[in-house]
Amino acid sequence: MTPGEAANGARPGTPVGVLLGVEGVTVRFGGVTALDDVRFEVGTREICGLIGPNGAGKTTLFNCISRLYEPSVGDISFEGRPLSRVPRCEVAKLGVARTFQNLALFSTMTVRQNVRVGAHAFARASFLAEALAMPGARRAEREIAELADSLIEECRLQGVADRLVGELPFGVRKRVELARALAISPKLLLLDEPAAGLNHEEVDALASEIVSLRERRALSVLLVEHHMNLVMRVSDQVVALDFGKLIAKGTPAAVRAHPDVIRAYLGSAA
Amino acid sequence: MAVRLAWGLALAFAISSPFWMSGYHLYQFSQVLIYAIALLGLNLLTGYNGQLSLGHGAFFAIGGYGAAILIVKFGLPFWLAIPIASAVCFVAGFLFGFPALRFGGLYLALATFALAVAAPQLLAFKGIDFLTGGSQGLQVPKPGALLGLPMTTDQSVFWLCLIAAVALFVIAGNLVRGRFGRALVAIRDHPIAAESMGVNAALYKTICFGVSALYAGVAGGLDAVAVGFVSPESFGLALSLAFLVGIVVGGLASIGGVLFGALFIEFVPNYADQLTVYFGENAKALPGAVYGLLMILMMAAAPMGIAGLLRSLARASGLRSQ
Repeated sequence: MTPGEAANGARPGTPVGVLLGVEGVTVRFGGVTALDDVRFEVGTREICGLIGPNGAGKTTLFNCISRLYEPSVGDISFEGRPLSRVPRCEVAKLGVARTFQNLALFSTMTVRQNVRVGAHAFARASFLAEALAMPGARRAEREIAELADSLIEECRLQGVADRLVGELPFGVRKRVELARALAISPKLLLLDEPAAGLNHEEVDALASEIVSLRERRALSVLLVEHHMNLVMRVSDQVVALDFGKLIAKGTPAAVRAHPDVIRAYLGSAA
Repeated sequence: MAVRLAWGLALAFAISSPFWMSGYHLYQFSQVLIYAIALLGLNLLTGYNGQLSLGHGAFFAIGGYGAAILIVKFGLPFWLAIPIASAVCFVAGFLFGFPALRFGGLYLALATFALAVAAPQLLAFKGIDFLTGGSQGLQVPKPGALLGLPMTTDQSVFWLCLIAAVALFVIAGNLVRGRFGRALVAIRDHPIAAESMGVNAALYKTICFGVSALYAGVAGGLDAVAVGFVSPESFGLALSLAFLVGIVVGGLASIGGVLFGALFIEFVPNYADQLTVYFGENAKALPGAVYGLLMILMMAAAPMGIAGLLRSLARASGLRSQ
């Protein structure tokens, strides 16, 4: 059974190419099926919203893409390459960056150091070159520093760059996480509930930020979000999950009007 | 700026000391440098990378015995023996790093604790006493004057320790300031996020274990040469625990802090022992009690170690902190 295959509506325009392919992914934890034969694609430069009630499997899917979980069945491809053969720490090098639902910053580091860790994969310097501070290592470190500084500026973090992240308010820490993810120079950015904990104006700003990121950096975004308004505003494609099953995919308007989506949301909200 | 000045003063003090210090005090400061090197290695592992080791005495022992055996049984000069023994330590630490990947927190502490318990027993093992000298240990010839300059044995030992310490401090400083050090701390703070940023956590943790053991090995090798003797009892559990005390008192994840830690573990037990001189033989338990009390006071006054205390003092007084 492949639910959602008969989804209403098509994606606007023809995608330039498939960047991420979720190919029949099933994840089981013991007796619980967290994801059940989920299939969809994210095109190059596409913003794809992933919605669903709590426990629908959205974060589980993120964790499969980041290789924190191994799908029981199916695979995920990135630029046509199966991710099942990629070790967890190599995913970033392919150009996949993510933020975390409950923030996963390095709390004893400053904002600047956090962002520099994001650039880890970007630089090459051998252990010995670093130990002896040889010119190659110094150059790599300078490049990392410059990249981090430009991202700190881009994410408006100059004022707090040398503060420990543990001391900063939640909203600022979310921007730090975004800056750190961008340091990977991602082709695909996974945002796990970026609007959580933000007020109305901040959500508005976030919406324009996400769209502008795509324009500036030519990246694709996969967005998990409860804030329906935000998802509908920014997404080219929306994928709806419920109890691990894909129940609808298509344009925001089509998915919003889909009877299964309405049922899933009313069912969980009532 | 203040930090650089402090380093400069410490170095000036160290360089001048062979010219005015008595042989015995110079020997004590050689021990401080040796401990500082070992603490630096342990702090890379435990302070920066968050891998708890209660068994660094064992790596110190490998370095010490390795150097002693190479000098005594194979006739190598100390400047070859110590690096070779340290390389062996790197390999031993790197290999131990793999099972360590499977243990977290306290379980790793227990696994390394087992190393510390086993080390003296293994060193006294009869089957290898043709190499190790069994429970008798090995007598190691002390180095003569370096570069043919006129100097006493205590002076050459001190210079040797100082040169090694300066080089290893510079290397550790380079490592923790750059990409490698950030990766170590990232793994300690949030391993999953670190891996999502492209940090190969398994590789960094095992290399960190190897480097940490290498530092302990250099310290052990220098210790063998400085003391002129290795025996199983000198590498017991107490040594491993003293190392842990040193990095906590000095300040976790601090390079400069290990100097304070080394001073603490060299001098505090020493001075505590002298109390028996004043209170007589009836006060045998007194040194241990005084040492313990001092440690408790230390942790109460400076929970982030002496380095942490200095850092907050510097911040409070408006100096640029590091």
